[in-house]
Amino acid sequence: MAHKTINIKLRVWRQKDAKSKGGFENYELENISVDSSFLEMIDVLNEKLVSENKEPVAYDHDCREGICGMCSLFINGRAHGPDSLVTTCQLHMRKFSDGETITIEPWRVGSFPIIKDLMVDRTAYEKIMQAGGFVSVSTGGVPDANSVTIPKADADEAMDAAACIGCGACVATCKNSSAMLFVAAKVSQLALLPQGKVEASRRAKNMVAKMDELGFGNCSNTGACEMECPKGISLAHIARLNREFLAANIRG
Amino acid sequence: MSNFINSSIGKKLIMSISGLFLIVFLLVHLTANLFLLGGSDAFNLSAHFMGTNPVIQIMQPVLALGFLFHIVYSLIVQFKNWASRPVKYAKVNQKEASTWVSRNMIWLGIFVLAFLTLHILNFYWKLQFGEIGTVVVNGEKMENAYALVAGLFTEGGTLAYIYSGIYIIGFIALGLHLHHALWSSFQTIGWSNIKWRKILTVIGDIYAILIAVGFSIIPIYFLFIR
Repeated sequence: MAHKTINIKLRVWRQKDAKSKGGFENYELENISVDSSFLEMIDVLNEKLVSENKEPVAYDHDCREGICGMCSLFINGRAHGPDSLVTTCQLHMRKFSDGETITIEPWRVGSFPIIKDLMVDRTAYEKIMQAGGFVSVSTGGVPDANSVTIPKADADEAMDAAACIGCGACVATCKNSSAMLFVAAKVSQLALLPQGKVEASRRAKNMVAKMDELGFGNCSNTGACEMECPKGISLAHIARLNREFLAANIRG
Repeated sequence: MSNFINSSIGKKLIMSISGLFLIVFLLVHLTANLFLLGGSDAFNLSAHFMGTNPVIQIMQPVLALGFLFHIVYSLIVQFKNWASRPVKYAKVNQKEASTWVSRNMIWLGIFVLAFLTLHILNFYWKLQFGEIGTVVVNGEKMENAYALVAGLFTEGGTLAYIYSGIYIIGFIALGLHLHHALWSSFQTIGWSNIKWRKILTVIGDIYAILIAVGFSIIPIYFLFIR
């Protein structure tokens, strides 16, 4: 079978560390297989850089099958690049054309400071989770079937919200750097189920307070987060978060 | 309570409620204005009713507050949003992810505010503080508001065309602002889900077109039809 390859030009953000001033570096790669993933393409670049005794490009990655949420990258102006419902590790080079210049930037969010090159520190998400993204009581082992009844629609919606992998694409693509879709997914996932409902008010209040404190922006309902989310988390969850938050404040 | 008002969602709720209030106001305003199409007496009666009705008098300062809250909070929210991304992207492509209107609500809003200022100087200011001719309708003496409107859109040759043009562009900007406004305010209150989002965006678009076209009819009517 003929193996299709392309030649590409890269414009990659390089930054020595959090405090240094960064800038774009240009690279050229030849004979990149269209079947390789975007991260494999960067691996090829890094091997080339290492062989030339240059510093390889630092970037985040882990599972390379779209479930860990580690890979980030703002590619040609889009979070996770020019494909829908995928993380960068699932993005393939066939989405690019021969001779194309590809701009690669890190997530640019005040609350996600750059560690090095394309790596950002997403500890802010962990802090939001620590503020309320959990169920406090031990709910024991797996309950017997049908002993805790949950309507199918609620279970489905909680599962949809639970698909969030915390990659940060929503914040990265949001023109306001708002973390609302992330917080909404975490709040929804628990508020819809009986185990999580008990703490729903406190959770919504604490997670929103932490999100605000960490410097994320205000949601203006553009919907970009939903479109760029690799897991297709719906804006409807943000409406639920708003409801939960309002109700929590009315109850006091 | 102060925690709530100072939270991101609290501030957005103020934007949402004040915005919905202004959405209702625009409908009242449009209804009163469409009496212009009914001729001089019809509109003067409508304007006289609006100018003397006690409910409207009470609502006037409330309306001013509605505008004030919407404008002040939009700036508070916007400055925080800009500050949340200290280093901008070199390249952004949001064509597929969101609408141009939803990304530019602040600029459309500022444009509408500039238009509103001109509009207040053209009409409200003159009605309140200027010298307006009077007219007698049904035996009652009242300000000739009709002549004021007709004058702006018909007198002064080229100036009438310039004013009509500015007003129509203002209404289009307002319509675009409203295209995102209605659904967005319901979403912020939490009254939306996958199903209702579709319904609310359709209602919002119908409303936005109604307002933009409804108001635009007035300068067009005076320039070309009357």
